[in-house]
Amino acid sequence: MKFQRDFENFKTACIPWEMKIKEIESHFGSSVASYFIFLRWMYGINMILFGLTFGLVMVPEALMGKPYGSLPRKTVPRAEEASAMNFATLWDFSGFAQYSVLFYGYYNNQRTIGWLKFRMPLSYFLVGVGTIGYSFMIVIRTMARNANEDGGGDDTSFNFSWKMFTSWDYLIGNPETADNKFASITTSFKEAIVEEQESRKEENIHLTRFLRVLANFLALCTLAGSGYLIFFVVRRSQKFALEGLENYGWWERNEVNMVMSLLGMFCPTLFDVISSLENYHPRIALRWQLGRIFALFLGNLYTFIIALMDEINLKLEEEKIVKYNMSIWEASLYNGTIPENSTAPPIEVDPADVPRGPCWETMVGQEFVRLTVSDTMTTYITILIGDFLRAVFVRFFNYCWCWDLEYGFPSYSEFDISGNVLGLIFNQGMIWMGSFYAPCLPAINVFRLHTSMYLQCWAVMCCNVPQERVFKASRSNNFYMAMLLFILFLSTLPAVYTIVSIPPSFDCGPFSGKTRMFEVISETLEHDFPSWFGKVFGYASNPGLILPFILLMVCDLTLHYRTANKHGEDYRIQ
Amino acid sequence: MGNKQTIFTDEQLDAYQDCTFFTRKEILRLHGRYHEMAPNVVPMDYTKDPDVKLPMQLIINMPELKENPFRERIVESFSEDGEGSLSFNDFVDMFSVLSEMAPRELKAIYAFKIYDFNTDNFICKSDLEKTLNKLTREELTAEEITLVCEKVIEEADMDGDGKLGFADFENMISKAPDFLSTFHIRI
Repeated sequence: MKFQRDFENFKTACIPWEMKIKEIESHFGSSVASYFIFLRWMYGINMILFGLTFGLVMVPEALMGKPYGSLPRKTVPRAEEASAMNFATLWDFSGFAQYSVLFYGYYNNQRTIGWLKFRMPLSYFLVGVGTIGYSFMIVIRTMARNANEDGGGDDTSFNFSWKMFTSWDYLIGNPETADNKFASITTSFKEAIVEEQESRKEENIHLTRFLRVLANFLALCTLAGSGYLIFFVVRRSQKFALEGLENYGWWERNEVNMVMSLLGMFCPTLFDVISSLENYHPRIALRWQLGRIFALFLGNLYTFIIALMDEINLKLEEEKIVKYNMSIWEASLYNGTIPENSTAPPIEVDPADVPRGPCWETMVGQEFVRLTVSDTMTTYITILIGDFLRAVFVRFFNYCWCWDLEYGFPSYSEFDISGNVLGLIFNQGMIWMGSFYAPCLPAINVFRLHTSMYLQCWAVMCCNVPQERVFKASRSNNFYMAMLLFILFLSTLPAVYTIVSIPPSFDCGPFSGKTRMFEVISETLEHDFPSWFGKVFGYASNPGLILPFILLMVCDLTLHYRTANKHGEDYRIQ
Repeated sequence: MGNKQTIFTDEQLDAYQDCTFFTRKEILRLHGRYHEMAPNVVPMDYTKDPDVKLPMQLIINMPELKENPFRERIVESFSEDGEGSLSFNDFVDMFSVLSEMAPRELKAIYAFKIYDFNTDNFICKSDLEKTLNKLTREELTAEEITLVCEKVIEEADMDGDGKLGFADFENMISKAPDFLSTFHIRI
C-alpha cells in the first residue's frame, strides 16, 4: 500500500514542465495551457517511438552490423565524396548523413547480425508496424478517457456559485502562488461572463446567413488556390529534377518545402480574417477555423505525397536501367583476364567505386526529414518575427508613434491556439508517415518538441497577451484527439501502400532482394518457428478469416467508445 | 505511557480529542504554535484553564492564513466574542473544522458563516460583492460584478427571497466537487 503511494508520488514527480504549465495556466487561462499540455503529451509519445526506433533498429545496426565502408550501400559514392562532409550537404541530409543508420538505405539485408543473431530485417519491419499500432492504441485510449472525464463533472447548474465559493484554495501559503491563483480565478470568471453574455445576445438572421455563406465561399476559394499553387510548384520541381538540380539555386531546390511552409503560415491568418464575417460564438468559430486549416494542411500533404509517388515510380524505372549497367560494369572488370562461364575469385573493388542502384526509400525518408526541418525552422522564425519582434516594436516605438500601438494596430499578439495545435498534429502526421523510411525521424521530433516547449513557453510569457475573448476550450480536447486519430489513419495509408505493393530497392535497405517487404514475416516463420506453426499461420492469414476479424475489432472499438460515453451521461444524470 | 507533559491535564486532552478531530500529539503541537505567536502572553501551563485570548492581528499573520483573502472573516467566525480574538479553544476549533477529517456538513456551516460578511445569517448581494472583490482583487468591472452576483442568486436561491439562506447554501455546496479539497488548511 505504501509502495503504491510512493510510486504514484514518483510518477507525478517525473512529469516534466508542471510548474511552467501552471504558470501559463494562471496567466492565460485553461485554453492556452491546454495546448502546452497537448505538447507535453505528444512529447511522451514521441519519446516512446524514439525508444523503439533507437533501441531496436539504430543501435543494433550501429553496434552489430557491418561498419561504414564495408559494403557499397554503406559508403558514400566516389563522385560525392568531395562534398560529403560539407555543412550544406549534411543540412540537406545527404553525404555522410545519408549513408548512416539514420536512413533506410544503410541497413543490410542479412537475416541475422552479430553474435546475438539479432534479426535485423524482422526487427525493422516489426518496429515500423509497432510504432503505428502503439500510436493507435494510445490515441484511442486517451480519447476514451477524455470522453469519461468530460461526461462526468461538467454540470453547469451551479457554475457561478461554485466558482464563487469553491475556487479559492485555502492551502495556498506562498505569495507567488496566491498571485497566480488570483489571476486564474479572475480569468475563470471572465470566461464564464463572456459565455453568459454570448448566450443572451440576439441576432439578425438573414444578414448573418448571407455573411456566413459568403465567408464559406471565400474560404473554399482560398483552399482551391492553395491546392493549385502546390500542384503547380510540384510540377515545376519535377521539371527542375529532370534538368538536373545543380543548375539551380537554393530557392529552386527547396521551392516545394518553402511554399508549403509559407502557405501553412499565411492561410490560417486569412481564414481568421474571413471568420470575422461570420459572427459565431467563439467556441464554434474555433471549430470552423480548425476545420478549414485542417482541410488546408490535408490538401497540402496529399499533394506532396502524390509528388513523391511520381518520383518513386521514376526511380523504379531507373532501377532496371541501373541493373543492366551494373552487369556491363562487372563484365568490364574481368575484361580479358578470365574467360566467360567460369567462377573466379571476386576482384577487390573499393565499395565507393561500385555503381549504385537508386534507393527510393531513402529518398522518401530524406524528403520527410527535410520537410520536418523546414517546418520547424518556419515555426521558430514565425515566433521570433511575428511575436517577439512585433512585441519589441510595439513596446519601444510606442513613445514616438502617432497612434497608440498597444491598443490599436498592431498591438501585442495573442497566442494562436488553433494554428499551433494543428501544426503539432500535422507535424506528427509527417513523422508517422516517414519514420518507416527514416528511423531518425522520431529522434528529430523529440528534439524539436523539447526545444519547442521552451521556446514557446518563453514567447507566450514574454510577448503575448491574454486573449480578449476568453472561453473554455476543455471540450475541444476530444476534438483535437479525433483529428489526431484521423491524421494517424491517413498517415499510415501511404506507408502501408508502399509496403504492400511496391517492390523494395534491390540495392539498399534491410529488405533488398525480396519481392515485397512483408515477405520477411514468412521468411522468419519458415526458419525460426516449427513447421506446424507456419501451416497454422498460413490458414489463419486467409482473407476470409482476416476480414471478419477486422470487422469484429471495429465493432468492439465502437462499442467500447459508446459505453464510455454512456457512462459519462449516466453519471451526469445522477 | 511515556511522555509526561505538564501543559494539559489528561482530562483536558481527552476532552479536546472528543471535541475536535485532532490526536493528542496534534493538540500539543497546536499549543506550541499558539504559544510561539505570543510567548509572553500565552502560558505554558494550561492546567488551570487560563483566560488568554490572542488578537486577530497576530492570528492572520500566521503563514497558513497570510495569503488567504478571507482570513479576517475566518478568524471572526471562530471567535467567541465576535471581535476576532481567539482563545486556545477557538484556535483549535478553527483548525479542526478546516482539517481534512471534518465532515462536509460541518464545513458547510462554517463556510456559510465566513462568507456572510454582515453576519445577518443570510448571504445577500452585498456579501456576494465583497466575496467577489476579495477573490478577484477588484479586477472586475462593476457590470461584471453585478452580472455574477445576479447569476449566483439565480442559481442557488431556492426560496426566492433574493438572498441565500443556509438551506440554499448547503444545497448548492453539497453538490460541489471541489469544496472538500479547497476548504482545507493543513497545520
